[in-house]
Amino acid sequence: MTIRRTCKEAAALMIAREDRVLPLADRLALRVHLAVCAACPAFQRQILTMRNVMQQWRNYETPDQAGATADVQRQGDGGKPR
Amino acid sequence: MHCKRWSAAACGYWSTPIDTSATPTFEQQLVDCRDYLLRFARLQLRNDAWAEDAVSETVLAALAKPQGFANRSQLKTWLVGILKHKVIDALRHHRREVSGLSAGDDEDADPLEYLGFKADGHFLQAPADWGNPEQHISSRQFFEVLDACTDKLPPAQGRLFLMREWLELSSEDICKELNLTPTNLYVQLHRARLRLRECLELNWFATPKAT
Repeated sequence: MTIRRTCKEAAALMIAREDRVLPLADRLALRVHLAVCAACPAFQRQILTMRNVMQQWRNYETPDQAGATADVQRQGDGGKPR
Repeated sequence: MHCKRWSAAACGYWSTPIDTSATPTFEQQLVDCRDYLLRFARLQLRNDAWAEDAVSETVLAALAKPQGFANRSQLKTWLVGILKHKVIDALRHHRREVSGLSAGDDEDADPLEYLGFKADGHFLQAPADWGNPEQHISSRQFFEVLDACTDKLPPAQGRLFLMREWLELSSEDICKELNLTPTNLYVQLHRARLRLRECLELNWFATPKAT
């Protein structure tokens, strides 16, 4: 199996990664692709933004809401338990 | 029937801080949170009757145990915690309907194609820069768009997506709860995420905004 991935394959992996642990070969291939591709890191930032806003949404940290949100810690990496 | 969607005023969602000089009764506070709870229950269950039932059971459970929360700022968190259990019960109870991913539910070709690729697998156009996330997160309109986009997902997909994102169940647990194969679940979640991304891009990120 080659380590080369097209952008389309890389995009599919970036989406899949939100819901499952990727096999090692895919993880490596994705890293390599992201390091050399100009377009895909932008897509990855979109996915991270979505992860981030979904986290805010689920924690009711929505605007116009005083008080109750202060104790909800913001996670820098936007990660959640898998 | 969605006219009250954004009006869960006194429960704190989308609302301006309320006047604290008059302390509402516990019952009144529960009633105030109903719309807020219903909004999540509807998005998750995609069935108004099930959602109403889940919220009613949540309110009844809360009334039976008013000492269950310590202060007002925790009321909502506490209620949502109860609601999630009631919603999972409902999903289990209606398992057959929920996991019946009918083919007609999403006949689109792979929504990965929304992204636009050349035949050789390269992006036709680099994905847009969505800017600083903080700037969107601080916008109430953004969350209205997010809600609407989530609501627009095909029902079965929307349920599975919210089981991940709202109920925060692991993919393994969702498969177990609904008797789904992992492959089936991943296909649906993949589609849901791409649809949501597309909807957000069209309705928010690519739209000039008044500030």
